[in-house]
Amino acid sequence: MSFVQNFPFFSIILAMFSGIISSVLSGKKARNLTLMMIAVTTALSAGTLMFCLKTGESYTYMMGHFPAPWGNEIRAGVLEGVTAVLFGIVMFLSVTGGLDHTARDVEESKQNLFYIMVDLMLSSLLALIYTNDLFTAYVFVEINTIAGCGLIMIRQKGRNLSAAIRYMVMSQLGSGLFLIGLTLLYDVTGHLLMSPAKESVELLVATGRYRIPLLVIMAVISVGLAIKSGLYPFHYWIPDTYGYATPTGSAVLSGLVSKGYIFLLIKIFYRVLGYDNLVGTHMVNVLYLFGVCGMIMGSVHAISETDTRRMIAYSSVAQIGYIYMGIGLGTTAGMVASVFHIFAHSATKALLFISAVGLYEVSGDRKDFVSLRGAAFRNPLAGIGFSIGALSMVGFPMLSGFISKLLFATSALDSPEKMMPTLIVLAVSTLLNAVYFLRLVITLYSRRRPEDKPLPKQTTVRSSWALRLAIICFIGLNLVLGMSSQPIVQAITDGLAMFD
Amino acid sequence: MSRKRDNYEESRWRKFKSWLDGETDLLEHGMDAHEAVMREEDPIIVPAHGEGKEILKSKGIWRFKQFYKVMSVVLCLGVILTLLWTVAALPPRGDANNPDNNEVAARYIERGLQETGAVNIVTGMILDYRAFDTFGESCVLFIGSCCVLLLLRLDGNSEDKELEKMVAETNDRHFEPKNDIILQKCSCVLVPVILMFGIYIVLNGHLSPGGGFSGGAVLGAGLILYLNAFGYKRMGKLFTEKLYKRTTLCALTFYCLAKSYSFFTGANHLESGIPLGTPGAILSSGLILPLNICVGLVVACTMYTFYTLFRKGGM
Amino acid sequence: MNINLVQHLVLNIEETVSIILFGIGFTILLLHRNLVKKIMGMNIMDTATYLFLAVKGYITGRGVPIVVDGIQDVEAYINPVPSGLVLTGIVVSVSSTALMLALTVRLYERYHSLDLDEILILAKEEEEQI
Repeated sequence: MSFVQNFPFFSIILAMFSGIISSVLSGKKARNLTLMMIAVTTALSAGTLMFCLKTGESYTYMMGHFPAPWGNEIRAGVLEGVTAVLFGIVMFLSVTGGLDHTARDVEESKQNLFYIMVDLMLSSLLALIYTNDLFTAYVFVEINTIAGCGLIMIRQKGRNLSAAIRYMVMSQLGSGLFLIGLTLLYDVTGHLLMSPAKESVELLVATGRYRIPLLVIMAVISVGLAIKSGLYPFHYWIPDTYGYATPTGSAVLSGLVSKGYIFLLIKIFYRVLGYDNLVGTHMVNVLYLFGVCGMIMGSVHAISETDTRRMIAYSSVAQIGYIYMGIGLGTTAGMVASVFHIFAHSATKALLFISAVGLYEVSGDRKDFVSLRGAAFRNPLAGIGFSIGALSMVGFPMLSGFISKLLFATSALDSPEKMMPTLIVLAVSTLLNAVYFLRLVITLYSRRRPEDKPLPKQTTVRSSWALRLAIICFIGLNLVLGMSSQPIVQAITDGLAMFD
Repeated sequence: MSRKRDNYEESRWRKFKSWLDGETDLLEHGMDAHEAVMREEDPIIVPAHGEGKEILKSKGIWRFKQFYKVMSVVLCLGVILTLLWTVAALPPRGDANNPDNNEVAARYIERGLQETGAVNIVTGMILDYRAFDTFGESCVLFIGSCCVLLLLRLDGNSEDKELEKMVAETNDRHFEPKNDIILQKCSCVLVPVILMFGIYIVLNGHLSPGGGFSGGAVLGAGLILYLNAFGYKRMGKLFTEKLYKRTTLCALTFYCLAKSYSFFTGANHLESGIPLGTPGAILSSGLILPLNICVGLVVACTMYTFYTLFRKGGM
Repeated sequence: MNINLVQHLVLNIEETVSIILFGIGFTILLLHRNLVKKIMGMNIMDTATYLFLAVKGYITGRGVPIVVDGIQDVEAYINPVPSGLVLTGIVVSVSSTALMLALTVRLYERYHSLDLDEILILAKEEEEQI
C-alpha cells in the first residue's frame, strides 16, 4: 500500500485538527493557519486524484484495524479526487476574496471562531466526499449544518440571526428524515457500510421482500437530502441565508454546502440503493419534476427581486433545479452532466458573490439596481468578473455554463420520453436567466445620469489585493472549466464508472 | 416630421426601460403566500416595534391561520401513516432471525473482548471498531460549543460591550439566589459525591455501562451545582476560562492524535503496539481508557460552559 | 390483510409509538410558530428516532451486551450496534438544541418576541429602515 493512499485520511484529519487548534489562536494566526491548511489539503487531494488516474480504479482505506462490515472505511476514486480538488480551490479563493470583509465585519475576539467554522466545514465536506459508511455520513452532515449556521450568523445582525434560525429549522427537518431513513435501511439490511448494504439491497430487490420499506427508504432519504440542499419546494430559506452572510460565507454556502449534500445523495444512489432500482421505481421522475419546477420558479422569483444579492441567491435555486433535473433523467449521461454542473456552479456562484462584493464597495454598500448603475466603471475588475459569471450562468460559449447546458441537452437526447420537456425547459430557463442577469450587467455598464442621487460615500476606491486576486483566479477557473472541459468530463465519466 | 405621443409615460417602451434601469418591478407581487397576505392588510395597521401582534388580528390572517391548522394536521397524519405503513412491513421486534442480527453483531459479541479488550461490548464498538463516528461526534460537540460561544459570549472589548456585560452581571445578581444556607450545606455534601460518581462512570466505561459521555454529563452537573451554590467568585478559584480552554484543547488534541495513530496503523496493516491488558482490570483495553477520560473532560467542560454562557454570557 | 397490519403494529407497539411521536415532532418543528415549541418538537422527533433505533437491537430472552462470567456466546446478548448509534445521536441532538436555544435567546433580546413570523417581519423592517 503506497503512501499516497493515506492522503484522503490525512486531509480530513488535518482539517479537523487545525479547527481544534484555532480555538486558542488569535484571529490573524487562525486565518493564516486556515489558508495554509486549505492549500495543503487541496494538494493532498490532487495527489489522490493523480494516483487514482494512474491505477484506474478506486480503493478503500480502513479506518482502524478492522475491515469492512465491522469497522469504518473511506473510499477514494477519480470522482472523489476531482470533487475534493475543486471544492478545495473554491474554498481557498472564497476565503481569500472575503479576507478584509471578514476582518471588518466580525468582532476582533470572535475572528478565530469564524476560521474554526471554515476549517470544520472543509473537513466535513471532505468526509462527505470520501466516506463509505452511512452513519459517518450522518454525523458529518450534522457538522456541516452547524458549521454552515456558524458562517451565517457570524455577523450577528438581526437579519442574519433570523436567517440562521430558519436555516437550522429546515436543516433539522432534513436531518431528521435522513436519520429515520438510515434507521429503516439498517433494519432491513443490517449493514451501515455502503458496500455490504448494497449487496443486501440487491438481494432484497431480487427476492421481492420488504418492497414497501425499500420504496419508503428511497423517498425519505431523497426528501431529507433535498430539503437540505434546497430543491424547489423546500427552498424558502435560501435567499435570506445566502444573501446576508459575509462574502466568504455567501460564497462557501452557495457554492459548496448544498453541493456536498447532492454529492452524498448521488453516492447513496450509486452505492447503496442501486441507481437501476431507483429508475425502476420511478423515484427519479419525482426528482426530475421538482428539478424542472425549480429551474423555472427560481428564475421567476429572481426576476422579481430588487436586491441584487437575493437575486443571485434565487438563481442558485434555479441552478440546483438543473442539477436535480440531470439526476432525474435516469441515465449515466445525465449524471455526468449533473456532476459537471455541480463543479461549474460552485465556481461561478462563488465568482458572482465575490465580484458583487467588489461592486457594492464602490457603490456605497448599497445593493439595489439604481445604486449599482455604472459600478463596473468604478471597479473594472469586479465588473469583468461579474459579467463573466453572469454570461456563464446564461450559457455563453467558452465558459463553463455553456458546457454544462450542452451536456444536459445531449443527455436529454438519450431518454426519449423526457427529451422534449427537458429541451423546452432548458430553453425557457436560459431565456429567463438571460433576462435578469443581462439586466444587471447592462445596469452595471450604463453611465450614471445627472438625475441619479449622488452616492452616499466613497468607501474604498480600490478593492484589496485579496479580492482582486480571488476574482482573477475565479475567472481563470471558469475559463479552464469552459475551454478545457474534455479531460474533466472524461474524468467524471471514469469516476462514475468506478463509483459503485 | 416625427409624431409626438401623448401618453409616453404609459407606453410599453417607457415601462421596459424603467424596469431595465431598476426603477420598477416587472412582477409586482411577491411569491410568498405569507407576505402576500400581510401586505393586503398594511393600509389598515402600521406595524411598529413590538406591535407586530396587531397585524395578526385582521380577517385575512385569521382565515390563513385556520387553513394552516388544518394543513398541519393533514401533514402530520400523512407522515405518520406513511411511516406506519412501512413499519407494518418491517421485521418483527425481538426476533433473533432479523436481518440486523448478522455477522457484524456476532463478531462484536464473540471476539469483541479479545480484539478490543473492553468488557462492555458497546464501548468497544464505539471507541474501537467504529471510532471514526465517535470522533465526528466529539467534533459536533466542539463546534456546537463554538457556535454558542459566538452567539452568547460577552467580551467587553468596546464600550457598549462593557455596558452589556455590566447589565448581564447586575441581572444575574438580581435573579439568582446568593449565599443560600440550605443550598450551600447540601452542596457541600453532594458535590463531592457527584464528582466522584462522575469520575467512577468515566473510568469504568469499558467495564460496565458508562463511558466518557455519560460520565462527563454527571461531572458537568456537579460543577453547575457548585456554581449555583457558591457563586462565580468562589468558582473562579477552581475553574477559570483559561483552564477550560486548555483542558478542551489538550483533550481534543490527544483524542485526535491517538485516533489518527490508530487509524494510520490500522489502514497500513501495521501493529499498533498498544497493550490490551487483562480484561476486567481498570488499566486495560488499550486506548479506550484514555479516550474515555478525554471525552469525559470535554463533555464536562462543554456542559458547564453552556450553563455559564446562557446565564451570564461568560465566566 | 388490514387486520394483519394492525396486529403487526400492535405487536411492535414501541415502533408504532415512536413513529407517531416522530410525526408529531416533525409537524411541530415545521409548522408551529413559537420558537421554543419548535425546539421541543425537534427534541421529540430526535428522541422518537432514538427510541425506534434502540428497540431494533432488542432480542427476546437475551441480556445486556456486557460480558459476564466470560460467556461470549452470540445467544446470550442483544445486538450492540443500535445502542452505539443512539449514544452518538444523543450528543448530536444536544449540540443542535443548544445552538437553537442560543439563537432563540439572542432573537428574543433583540425583538422581544418568540413568534418566528413576527421576527421575520420585524427583521425585514429593521433592515429597510437602515
